[in-house]
Amino acid sequence: MSEYTNDELMAIEAARGLRDGDVCFVGIGLPSTAANLARLTHAPNIVLVYESGTIGTRPDVLPLSIGDGELAETADAVVSVPEIFAYWLQGGRIDVGFLGAAQIDRYGNLNTTVIGDYAKPKTRLPGAGGAPEIATSAKEVLLIVKQDRRTFVERLDFVTTAGYLTGGDSRAKSGAPGAGPTRVITNLGVMEPDPFTKELTLVQLHPGVEVEQVRAATGWDLKVAKELRRTPEPSPQTLAVLRDLLARTKAAHAAQAHSGCH
Amino acid sequence: MGQTLSLRDAVRRHVHDGDVVAMEGFTHLIPFAAGHEVIRQRKRDLTLVRMTPDLIYDQLIGTGCARKLIFSWGGNPGVGSLHRFRDAVENGWPRPLEIVEHSHAAMAAAYAAGASNLPFGMLRGYVGSDLVKHNPTIKWVTCPFTGEELAAVSALRPDVSIVHAQQANRAGDVLIHGIVGIQKEAILSAKRAIVTVEEIVEKFSHPPHSVVIPNWVITAVCRVPGGAKPSYAHGYYHRDNAFYIEWDAISRDRDRFTAWIEQNVMRAPARV
Repeated sequence: MSEYTNDELMAIEAARGLRDGDVCFVGIGLPSTAANLARLTHAPNIVLVYESGTIGTRPDVLPLSIGDGELAETADAVVSVPEIFAYWLQGGRIDVGFLGAAQIDRYGNLNTTVIGDYAKPKTRLPGAGGAPEIATSAKEVLLIVKQDRRTFVERLDFVTTAGYLTGGDSRAKSGAPGAGPTRVITNLGVMEPDPFTKELTLVQLHPGVEVEQVRAATGWDLKVAKELRRTPEPSPQTLAVLRDLLARTKAAHAAQAHSGCH
Repeated sequence: MGQTLSLRDAVRRHVHDGDVVAMEGFTHLIPFAAGHEVIRQRKRDLTLVRMTPDLIYDQLIGTGCARKLIFSWGGNPGVGSLHRFRDAVENGWPRPLEIVEHSHAAMAAAYAAGASNLPFGMLRGYVGSDLVKHNPTIKWVTCPFTGEELAAVSALRPDVSIVHAQQANRAGDVLIHGIVGIQKEAILSAKRAIVTVEEIVEKFSHPPHSVVIPNWVITAVCRVPGGAKPSYAHGYYHRDNAFYIEWDAISRDRDRFTAWIEQNVMRAPARV
């Protein structure tokens, strides 16, 4: 068994869920790491789409911002921002969207707007970005969120982005064409929506994690599946590919910083 | 026909107190030099429009240029918060900031509507989102053919839009390549448009993924090499990621921020 970090495990578990040929709408951070890892391992034909308008991009190193130049240089096509959202996302051409959040509730609704009252917030967060329409139009959504009671809350301070709304068939009735969040991958395990109530249910535990730990990190009475799966340990091969990608990324960005801004 | 002007003259003539001003460039080609000129000329009561406010609007907000902000994602990309934006929203410093908040898809639709001379843009969006309760420029419309309920967002029509591009030719046509963002829509939705460019060339080279904007929709062209730094200009220079990280510490503290602006913007020579 090899040693690995929580971030490595989350990226590897998210990558595992992607199929070869999937069209993925990706943001920066773990989603981008996971999607590129999938491309470099079991899913060489995965199509990466970034909201800056790059379609079918194959960056050699991970971008630091969604608008890095290498995304355009290695893309099949670069389109404008209105086009990426209208023709490609709303057009129903995205299989998997990735999202994160500052707060999530039991139905996978997300807050990235404010902590506290909207008019007089305790903490002003960055806001919606692409999330509301990714959640509406991507055929399915994967959420990657670190699990603790500040994040997994009974009640969101603000609903930025819809998951399953109030549960049951409320999303189906809302007019959103996509299926909604099908998996929530955290540092402790994996949750999936109950097929009927749509309440997030713990279905999988990461190596060494116990159910009580996950309950303790959840701000509501977490539903737990009768049969729990165990996340497989990352293989040494996959870990090597991931670490190589991260090392390459670090070296490239350091070299770029050195060459300065002339 | 676009007039070639110095940046100082372009801002003096075409940006007025109280204007609705859009400075666009989606992570690429952010018009920093023009933003700094607006700060130096102490423009006031602006309504600032930008999908991703980024460091440039953090600076304009922190220097008190803005009365209102229309935006869709207000963070420091890859780093965290925009502290001057947060201080204005959370504490009203240096003055209260009214916000009108969208999602990216909606804001893109609102610019496209403005460019198309339509009163609103339309999208299948905002499903279940509380943003609808706080932004009066989002409403619902019913499709007259299918009965589907869709989101409508009122068109963006800036008084002046400012973008940075790689090149202009002698006629004043402008070439943007790499990530093309929303600059074309920003220009075509606005009453006036200022474009700063890296260089003026005899003939465009037309690299892949390029957009050309004809001179007769541009009010002023200004030659400002390095005008997008610390963001980047594809083919000219990289994004200064180290500065984006450094900005977190500079902007966290009001005094340090003010000193930085004084040193790097107010006392900096005006760009040609």
